[in-house]
Amino acid sequence: MITDKLQNLGRTTIDNVAGFGRSGLMLFGALIGKPDFRKGFPLLIKQLYVIGVLSLLIIVVSGLFIGMVLALQGYTVLVKFGAEGMLGPLVALSLLRELGPVVTALLFAGRAGSALTAEIGLMKATEQLSGMEMMAVDPLRRIIAPRFWAGVISMPLLALVFNAVGILGGHLIGVDWLGVDGGSYWSTMQANVDLYQDVLNGVIKSVVFAVIVVWIALHKGYDAIPTSEGISRATTQTVVTASLTVLGFDFILTALMFGG
Amino acid sequence: MTTRKIEILVGTFIVLAVAAFLMLALKVANAGVSGSGESYVLYAKFENIGGLKVRSPIKVGGVVVGRVASIDLDTVYYTPVVKMEINEQYSNFPETSSVAILTSGLLGEQYLGLQPGFIDETVEILADGDSIQDTRSAIVLEELIGQFLFNRGN
Repeated sequence: MITDKLQNLGRTTIDNVAGFGRSGLMLFGALIGKPDFRKGFPLLIKQLYVIGVLSLLIIVVSGLFIGMVLALQGYTVLVKFGAEGMLGPLVALSLLRELGPVVTALLFAGRAGSALTAEIGLMKATEQLSGMEMMAVDPLRRIIAPRFWAGVISMPLLALVFNAVGILGGHLIGVDWLGVDGGSYWSTMQANVDLYQDVLNGVIKSVVFAVIVVWIALHKGYDAIPTSEGISRATTQTVVTASLTVLGFDFILTALMFGG
Repeated sequence: MTTRKIEILVGTFIVLAVAAFLMLALKVANAGVSGSGESYVLYAKFENIGGLKVRSPIKVGGVVVGRVASIDLDTVYYTPVVKMEINEQYSNFPETSSVAILTSGLLGEQYLGLQPGFIDETVEILADGDSIQDTRSAIVLEELIGQFLFNRGN
């Protein structure tokens, strides 16, 4: 009995470690090597469109609503202390430091990550990847690399758009609806937000999250069991694993950046 | 969809993101106005800096003229030494100027209040690296309450 338990534990550990190894090898094979810009650039543009531009709508809409909700909720508390002038920094700092990078990463995992996994998993199931290898085209360089770079480039940009739209949404609710003074909304924000400490740290966070989400999505697709069930499970795993990893890393990064 | 159309949309996406960054940098963080520009350094020793932090503002009559660059402890006297970076355009403070640690509002952030002093023939103008002699420390609320209670006891 106890040996069976031990065997199970051992097998899961070995599988997990092997999975880490395969994902590392996949990324290594995709990224290391002489870049061929002439061939790679059109592929990258195509993926930037699929991953970045098509995610823009959901990012803008959720950014707007999250900024509006933050302003509404923050106002009810701040007005009790007569400090509704601090609504600007409240909205801006929550968005720039936390919500912008994190919510963008979660939405990105659901919108683009799952699509990546399903696409690559289906390529594997229909043996397109093996077909490429037969024709001496490296699928890692042709399929994985452009998607990886497109994700890593688009996510910080999406997070910046999310932040800007969210702050405007907070302005819409706070100033235009609840009647906070517009001048103090912007001026207290400018006094309390620092370009390096807040804006750039948020961008760094979102680059880290981008690597995590895209890497997990690509690996789950590339490593999927090539059946319809396997692909569906891989897609689910991408969203769950990527979201949880993002939240875990968010805590670590926040502790490193703002904990001191 | 044609390649051209895709490229145009990706270009729009990048422009939008750059615009968002510029808005965050200029309108939200206000980096272009106060962050840039030449500055010079003054020092001031305090007994107690209270809640003063690095990057706290330095104000003259409520106008921000610079920021606290660093706060260290003097290793000889064990008193805090505050390094202040002051905007180059305000470079005519006489050595009779005084600096105090003030609080904005009752519970607000602490900042450095710089009070320009008088000028006559014997007074020199503070230059880069000079120290301001006349300083007033932060008011520690607990000490005030302690003194008040002590006096009441008498």
